[in-house]
Order: sequence, then C-alpha cells, then structure tokens
Amino acid sequence: MSAVTVFGICAATMVGLGLYGLITNPQPLRKIIAFNLMGSGVFLLFGIIGRRGAAAGMGNDPVPQALVITGVVVAFSATALAIALLLRLSQTTGSTTLKTGVQPSAASDPPGG
Amino acid sequence: MSLVRDIMTIAAVSAGAFFFLAGTVGLLRFPDTLTRLHALTKADNLGLGLIVVGLLPQAGSLRDGLKLVSIWLLVMLAGATVSQLIARNARQDETAK
Amino acid sequence: MSVATAFEIVLAAVVLGLGIWTTAVRETYSATVGFVAYGLLVALVWVRLDAVDVALTEAAIGGGLGGVLLLGAAARLRNTELVLTEAPGKATQVAAAVLAALTGAALAGAVLLLPDPAPTLAPTVVEHAWATGMTNPVTNVLMAFRAMDTMLEKVVLLLAIVGVWSLATDGAWGGHPGPRHRADPHGVLVFLARLLPPVGIVVGIYILWTGANHPGGAFQGGAILASMWLLTIMAGLTDTPPVSSRRWRLVLVAGPGLFLVVGLAGLWLGAAFLAYPPAQAKPLILGIEVAMILTIAVTLGLLIAGAPERSVK
Repeated sequence: MSAVTVFGICAATMVGLGLYGLITNPQPLRKIIAFNLMGSGVFLLFGIIGRRGAAAGMGNDPVPQALVITGVVVAFSATALAIALLLRLSQTTGSTTLKTGVQPSAASDPPGG
Repeated sequence: MSLVRDIMTIAAVSAGAFFFLAGTVGLLRFPDTLTRLHALTKADNLGLGLIVVGLLPQAGSLRDGLKLVSIWLLVMLAGATVSQLIARNARQDETAK
Repeated sequence: MSVATAFEIVLAAVVLGLGIWTTAVRETYSATVGFVAYGLLVALVWVRLDAVDVALTEAAIGGGLGGVLLLGAAARLRNTELVLTEAPGKATQVAAAVLAALTGAALAGAVLLLPDPAPTLAPTVVEHAWATGMTNPVTNVLMAFRAMDTMLEKVVLLLAIVGVWSLATDGAWGGHPGPRHRADPHGVLVFLARLLPPVGIVVGIYILWTGANHPGGAFQGGAILASMWLLTIMAGLTDTPPVSSRRWRLVLVAGPGLFLVVGLAGLWLGAAFLAYPPAQAKPLILGIEVAMILTIAVTLGLLIAGAPERSVK
C-alpha cells in the first residue's frame, strides 16, 4: 500500500464523516467544524492527485498545492464569517438554534462599549 | 564516523520517544489537571529535547542545527507559559467551587 | 510492509480517530480541541505527501489560527449550549449515515481507480521557472502562473472582513472589534506577549523571504505575524484598531490593490493582465508579496477579532 492509497482512503472517509456531522449535529458551531472536516478531506484529495502527479524532481504537483493553499485561506475566511454570524445570532436571540419559529427571548441590541 | 552519528541519533530519539510515550500515558491516566500538566512537561521538555539532540548529528549545516535548537527553545517557552495559564485557571475554578 | 508505510497507516488511523471523536463527542468545547489536534496532524499528512508548503499553511491557518477562532467562539457560546435539545430523529440519522457512507465510498473508489499515468503540470512549471527567477515551484504558481487566483483570493479575504464588520450593532459601528482583553501586567501571559513577538516577527519575515526558493511564503509568514499581533491583543498590551480608521483600511486593501496595479500595468506595458516582464519579475513579485504579507496578517487578525463591539469613546 502506498501513501496515496492510505491517505486517499483516509481523505474520502473524512469527507463522509464531515457530511454526516454536518447533517446530524444540531449545534451550528458543530456544523461549522464538520464542514471544515469535510473541506480538509477535499483538500487532502487534491494532495493525493498532486502526489500521483509527482514528476520533474518534485514530489508533488505544484499546481494542486497552490490551489489548496488558496483554498485553506478561503475556507478560513468563510469560517470566520460563519462564526461572526453565529455570535451575532446568539447575541440577538439569546440562543443559537437554527429552527424557524422560535421566539427571540431577548431581542435587544446591547449598546456597544 | 557516520555509524557513530547514527547510533547517537537512534539512542537519543528512542529515549525522547519513550518520554513522549510516558508523558502521553500520564496525560491520559492521571486524575486531575495539575498532575496531567506535570506529565505533559516531561514530554515537552525532555522528550523533545532528546529528539532535537538526536537529530543534531544529522543536521546538514550549522544553520539547520540552530533552527532545530530554536524550535526546542520556542516549544519550551510556549509550553511553560501555557501550562502555567492552565494551572492558574484550574486553581481559580477550584477555589470558586 | 516498510516502516514508512506502517507510520503512514498509524498516522491515517489517528487522524481518522480524531475526526470521529470531533464529530461524536458531546461537548462542543471538546470537539473544538479535537479539531485543532486534527488540523496539526493533517499538517503531518501533508509533509508525508511531500507538500511542505501546504503543511505550513495547514499548521499555521488550519490548526493554529482556525483553532483560536473556534475556541473563542466555543467559549463565548458555552452558556447557550444548555438550551439546545433538538437532535434529529433516528430516520434522519440513518439517512445521513447512508449518504455519508456512499459519498465516502464513491470518493475512495475514485481514488483507487485514478488513471495511470497521472496527469501532471510539474514539468511545465519547471520548464518555465526561469521566467520568475525563483526556484520554489509553489510560489511560482501562486505568484506568477496562476496569480489571478491569488489576487481574487485576496479579494475574498477583503469581502469576508466587510461581511464580518457589517454584523456590528448600530451603536458599535466604526468601533473596536471584540472584547477588550485584560491580563495581570506581571503575569506570565504578558511576559510571553513581550518576549515572543520580536522572535515571531523575525520568523514570519524569514518565512516570506525564504519562500522564493524554499517552502514558505506570504500566507505562512502572514499567519505567524497575525498570531503575534493577536498574542499582544489577548495579553491586553494593545487594543484592536477601530474599524473606521482610514490607515488600517489602507493596509487591508494594500495587497490586492498593488496586485491589481501591477496586473493592469502588465496589460498596458506587456502582453496581458498580470504579465510580468521577465527581467523585473522577481522584484515585482517580492514587492507584491511584501504588501500581501501585511494585508494577510492584518486581515487574519481582524477576522479572528470579529465584529466591532465597542464604540470609539
């Protein structure tokens, strides 16, 4: 078994695991973490493809590597935006539920400062 | 000459790995925060230190060696700081109870 | 089975175990800690895949800064967690498990059935490396051959900051992001925040500089600079800047701005958008990278600091 096979199966499982967590975990923060697990599995699949394309004295094709570096940064900024939304939701409604029809318990903007 | 260096590396890295193992077992088995931190510092300081000492003979140049040593120093600094912060927090939690 | 393969199997098993634990554990805080450990081990996987540039990025951004972001959110949301008892029904769980298993199996099958020989762009990258004067192929791809991606990614970072800031309450608009941190001025955290940043800044700049020829670059260096900044903020030695500050906004647009200017100059003077004249390629790229590392450091730090919460007094 080569590194490609071992880590390829690992990455595929991570995508599945992230998908399961994304659907079944009720808490939004856990959904964000599960989404990041899924993303990291997809990035690893890029790494597998790049590893198979090792040539010209390079152990890994640099083009997928560059795409993954860009992807990691974009995933981070999306996570930061999601967490800011979540914090604002809990600040406004006092809970982090994603169910519709739940009455906000304390719908007041705390004054800044 | 390279045989002596390899033996040194194997001996020191094995000893370092042993301390990491002991530290991890302690982290998982010890009952409270303070004793767990105590176990962790063994892995951080002694384990990583021995591994760095073991890798030094394999370093290609003086610069690589200095990088390895500075990694060890930085990890010790971070480890000591974080352990103290965690310990202080744990003690505050205890007195609050 | 060689030692390396055995190590890889153990590493993959630990990564998978951490992934399962992160998904299954009850407490959100534990899940966050599990995810940070997972991110650091995935960096090791990247090293084994011979992609050290990605490993550095994953460790610095995926494990390090992402961990700070998630841990901070988990700590602030701790009280809301108890209210929540809305786990999905058994049917949903089974359906989700089947869907996840099918997706994983399909991907695993695709990995095992990939065509041979694998397509690769590595020879093309090596062939054209002379055009930039840099020998790190990943930096060449990021900064020259696919510079458009990198420039647009800077725009994404900027849009994320705009999105986060727009979540401020009316009263706090234009104010400082996040809470004002205070720490014991003689405590160990303040000591670390005084001792470490000079070292960290040197390391961050070194990683940018060495990125031309070795693994490293503006992203990895920028993440280190951002973490040094966050350390001083968390120790209470400095405050987050008010988002209405024009000077800080200028830093935020410096990276993509310079990129765009150089790109348009390439269109005007050279062959195409973002075409560097080969003689000036290296200094131009280094200039863009210097502007970018500042922008990346400030953007990452402000993304973690979050929406403005305190108005300027």
